[in-house]
Amino acid sequence: MRLLHYWRAMAGIVGREILRFLHQRERFISALVRPLVWLFVFAAGFRAALGIAISPPYETYILYEVYITPGLIGMIQLFNGMQSSLSMVYDREMGSMRMLMVCPLPRWFLLCSKLIAGTAVSVLQAYAFLGIAWLYDIQAPLMGYVWILPALLLVGMMLGALGLLLSSFIKQLENFAGVMNFVIFPLFFMSTALYPLWKIKESSEILYTLAQYNPFSQAVELIRFALYEQFNPQALIFTGGAFLLFMGAAILGYNPSKGMMVRKGGGGD
Amino acid sequence: MKQIKMVSLVGLMALSGPVFAETVFVSLEKDNAIALVDPVDGKLIKTVPIGQRPRGVALSLDGKQLYVATSDDNTIRIMDTETLKEVGRLPSGEDPETFAVSPDGKLMYVSNEDDNEVTVIDIAAKKAVTKIKVGVEPEGVTVSPDNKWAISSSETTNMLHWIDTKTHQIVDNTLVDPRPRAVSFTPDSQQLWATSEMAGTVMVLDSASKQIIQTIKLQVQGVTDELIQPVGVVIDKDRKYAYVAMGPANRVAVINAQTYQVEKYLLVGQRVWNLAFSPDQKRLYTTNGTSNDISIIDLQEHKVTKSVAVGRYPWGVAVKP
Repeated sequence: MRLLHYWRAMAGIVGREILRFLHQRERFISALVRPLVWLFVFAAGFRAALGIAISPPYETYILYEVYITPGLIGMIQLFNGMQSSLSMVYDREMGSMRMLMVCPLPRWFLLCSKLIAGTAVSVLQAYAFLGIAWLYDIQAPLMGYVWILPALLLVGMMLGALGLLLSSFIKQLENFAGVMNFVIFPLFFMSTALYPLWKIKESSEILYTLAQYNPFSQAVELIRFALYEQFNPQALIFTGGAFLLFMGAAILGYNPSKGMMVRKGGGGD
Repeated sequence: MKQIKMVSLVGLMALSGPVFAETVFVSLEKDNAIALVDPVDGKLIKTVPIGQRPRGVALSLDGKQLYVATSDDNTIRIMDTETLKEVGRLPSGEDPETFAVSPDGKLMYVSNEDDNEVTVIDIAAKKAVTKIKVGVEPEGVTVSPDNKWAISSSETTNMLHWIDTKTHQIVDNTLVDPRPRAVSFTPDSQQLWATSEMAGTVMVLDSASKQIIQTIKLQVQGVTDELIQPVGVVIDKDRKYAYVAMGPANRVAVINAQTYQVEKYLLVGQRVWNLAFSPDQKRLYTTNGTSNDISIIDLQEHKVTKSVAVGRYPWGVAVKP
């Protein structure tokens, strides 16, 4: 198997995903509307909610809108990760997953390509959101918009891997509502996306601990620091570790002889 | 050759360094001290004890001396800005809070809130020259850059008093919005800007007619009107922008000084009180009384870049080049 084969397969998968995303204008708009509603409505209502304390990477006082912007980027990527997992379940039901799986390339590579494709889409969404936020006067240093790219890539991969892992568990499309309740909401609300850790600590020590070790918190902090030209090694290690864990489990899950497929009795799809 | 280039580059960098090496002096009302801040690194350099309840601060013309109104000691102390030691005192009268130095650096005008007076001090002789009776509770005081007028604002009488600097007599009074606080001339001396703490307004007066030509109401979305208490006001050298500290509204208003429109409200620390420009007017420093820090504003971008913790109740601010 030559490198060219790998490249062609990956380019095909990523290209298809981006093309699909760009053609589905409704999906693009709805992916943007969700965080924008949070920004313009929710955050506007809580403008002065943060109180007094400056926490890194910020060096001065900020409005709530500024605080939740990285959290909303995390939300974009979280939903995108879950959405691609949803489309995996769909693909499986429709049979196009089978087409992919019979491709004579290693399974891990195909799954990784799927992930990269999903991440590429989420990065496009994140930059579109940042562009609108810029016009709304939420402006980070210019280099921050460059530094955020590797952070977006890693976070996108991590959340995508989580989605992939979940998709290996979900038998039918209808079960996706459960993912919403048991994965997306706890991950999002028990994180630093909406409120800083010190604020969570004020209300509950347990919530504080949960939020601190929530991989989504770490992902949001990685994005937040990168946007302000700073590097957060703890967040990087945590997000990277979570990616490897989820990815490893997902590859196992998609293995027809060992994984969840057998237990579902489908034997492959 | 490369080495020489490198050396000269390093040399250039070393030369260009001191251009920004200004020091910000901040009076700490509760800590009875003066804080020294390096605004470029955004770091507190050191804190030097001074008398009781230091509030108003100003530098001498040559920048070698810092005048500090130590209100509870009823005196203005003179601090050497190199050695940071006290080198003298000025007879300010009771409870000095704010004061202004004349543009020639010779005289100082001090408001004495309890005595309803403005004390005029000869700085070199360290003597009070005269005391001028003004309205009830004089607060803000300033001298026009052309050295024609000294202005005192009285908080309870709601008036600005126009004092002729030659005769030291009040020539005219202007009735303004309730509780006028800070007063500041434009660099060309043509306009006087004054803030009203209770009305939440900034008034612009014409120096020739001594009448209000514009009243600017400050309003911030999501902040109640009671919290909008404008205090310090400064106007840049080209009269392009005026900046107003808005007290418990925790914001600095950026006002276009040509159109009198508020262009932006910048979020800073709590109870922002006084303002000072950097010598090149590229930055503005604010003292935030109850959050115990100063905020640094980039004036080219109109963005707050950093807030630096300095100590308890920062009040006055002066910048030494």
